Amino acid sequence: MPDGPTGEGVNIRFDKLGVVIAAIAAYAAFLAPFATFRANRIVPGQARSILEALPATAGPLLMAIVIVAALIALFRTPLMLRLAASVVALAALALLVGVAGTFLTPAGNTFARVSPASGFWILVFAFTLLLADVLTRLSLSPRDRVAVLVAAAVAIGLLLVSGAWNDLSILKEYANRADSFWAEGSKHVTLALGSLLAAVVVGLPLGILCHRVQRLRAGVLNVLNIIQTIPSIALFGLLIAPLGWVATHVPGAAALGIRGIGTAPAFVALFLYSLLPVVANTVVGLAGVPRAANDAARGMGMTDRQRLFGVEFPLAFPVILTGIRIVLVQNIGLATIAALIGGGGFGVFVFQGVGQTAMDLVLLGAVPTVALAFAAAIILDAVIEMTATKRRVETA
Amino acid sequence: MIEIEGITKRYDTTTVVDDVSMVIEPRTIAVIVGTSGSGKTTLLRMINRLVEPTAGIIKLDGADNRSVPGYELRRSIGYAIQGHGLFPHRTVAQNIATVPVLLGWGKDRIQARVDELMTLYQLDPKEFGPRYPHELSGGQQQRVGVARALAAEPNVLLMDEPFGALDPIIRTKAQEDLLAIQKRFGTTIILVTHDMEEAVHMGDKIAVMDAGKLVQYAKPAEILANPASSFVETLVGASERPFRLLSLGRVRDAVEIGAAEGEAIPGDASQRDALAELLWTGRPALPVKGADGKPLGRVTVDGLIKRAARPA
Repeated sequence: MPDGPTGEGVNIRFDKLGVVIAAIAAYAAFLAPFATFRANRIVPGQARSILEALPATAGPLLMAIVIVAALIALFRTPLMLRLAASVVALAALALLVGVAGTFLTPAGNTFARVSPASGFWILVFAFTLLLADVLTRLSLSPRDRVAVLVAAAVAIGLLLVSGAWNDLSILKEYANRADSFWAEGSKHVTLALGSLLAAVVVGLPLGILCHRVQRLRAGVLNVLNIIQTIPSIALFGLLIAPLGWVATHVPGAAALGIRGIGTAPAFVALFLYSLLPVVANTVVGLAGVPRAANDAARGMGMTDRQRLFGVEFPLAFPVILTGIRIVLVQNIGLATIAALIGGGGFGVFVFQGVGQTAMDLVLLGAVPTVALAFAAAIILDAVIEMTATKRRVETA
Repeated sequence: MIEIEGITKRYDTTTVVDDVSMVIEPRTIAVIVGTSGSGKTTLLRMINRLVEPTAGIIKLDGADNRSVPGYELRRSIGYAIQGHGLFPHRTVAQNIATVPVLLGWGKDRIQARVDELMTLYQLDPKEFGPRYPHELSGGQQQRVGVARALAAEPNVLLMDEPFGALDPIIRTKAQEDLLAIQKRFGTTIILVTHDMEEAVHMGDKIAVMDAGKLVQYAKPAEILANPASSFVETLVGASERPFRLLSLGRVRDAVEIGAAEGEAIPGDASQRDALAELLWTGRPALPVKGADGKPLGRVTVDGLIKRAARPA
């Protein structure tokens, strides 16, 4: 609401980020295709605009919603109004892209593919940006941020279960591979979390050792730095020989699934990449413990172990957790590569899709990977903030 | 009683503490003064074995301080440092309870002791107990630091520049609090400082250190009157000597028979304060009153000036 009638006209003010959002939305709504129609899954597609892709009433309705939401973003409007605009726009996009799938697919045709096109993705991006901006300005507590994440996940889950998106190409790809999707998914998560767990089990003591023994520090961190710079495919290649040797020469190793290719080298590579962030953040975290607190702990008669677990570790914890967050997000992304050497994971769909030039199949692997990484980042950020608030170290 | 016998600490070729011997009587305050790098902190840290000496013996009440493991020894000795060293992730009550918890005291006993100390230090246990150190002022943090050091009722308290980070007004208050608590618990205190003013004010005896050596160990009046070397003399400060000497005495010890005009000064005040008051108001004499408010007599400028002169 304007501050009041002034007689000099209405005082219109633009929102800086809103200008960008409105421009992006306008481009996507009027110039970019909303959906792509293809006669089968690998032929080039034909673009459809919003009005072409949707039934007579839904098309203009979506246009109206997009235009109103973009205008709300463009001007300085109350936060709650902006929140409502972004949520309504995103919900309309999510629902109507499914409607477009049904509308564009000829009845009874199982070969035709309808997929969201650039206009849809750009609109989603624009209004997600608006939503993210509103949520930042609301400065939600960590708990509330996780709650928003859960609400979004539940909404997407309901849409998936309800079948509203079933006529979209990515879900048709899913329908053909439902069993292997969940198998590869659990393999993906196991790889990412398992290698993280192993890196924490090894990296934490190594970090503590580096902190206590000055001479070790530079050496260990340099070696880990060098490992970090080896390209993942090269690292897989380098691991084939030693792991193959272990499989044939160590009794029981092969039975555990250790082989030159497959899950074992992928796991080892992810583990090696994870070590640097864990060790480095442990060292930095422990080094950041106030000297006076450490001196007092010793002076009052804590043993080395009591000091480590009672003082140093709790104070370094938020920094170490930051390292774990980096590793988790990095591993969820990197685990995609494991498919290259038969390690499984969502990467299987990505590489199959690339091989068949079936972009929908690539998306079936890529979208859940991005969603997992995004969710992991939000949850761990919230946890870090919760542990850090009570342990704030005074700057004096 | 703390007996330090021929204590030496060498790092490679540098001798930080060089053959120091001294005895600290029970229930007294010994202040170690010196410039930075004089070895005073190292000497202090060898008493609770945060630093192990290269040579020499330290005995606490007759027992060699190496007869128990270092961490056990340290639990029996209070330790307070500059910048307090409170644990930022623990509440005030948890901080104070540190050593009792290490010693395995029962919950109720710990709670009672924490409440007692906080009350003693004018911090309401209900209000301040659950707070975190960063929510306290500098003076409050310092008080919690000393309360924590005293939590397990140690006979000996080591303090390394405990008031160094405080502003002058809070520092004076903290010094008075410490003197009161030392009287109450009869704790033997060894305090390291570079501030001669603090040393004269707090110490029953003062140990002056220079380049690792103990240059002089004597009562404050003796240090002021007969500095053992030019270094001690510089540290005392030639222009400050008479006033520091006066600050050691109480007004009641300088009372003369007679009457004077104006507001009376309490007998507990230092002679230095009395002289300052006389000089500032331009009067030759001040009336003195006892703790009960009864007149005791008067102090005169002439009388105080005689007392400020170098003792024979």
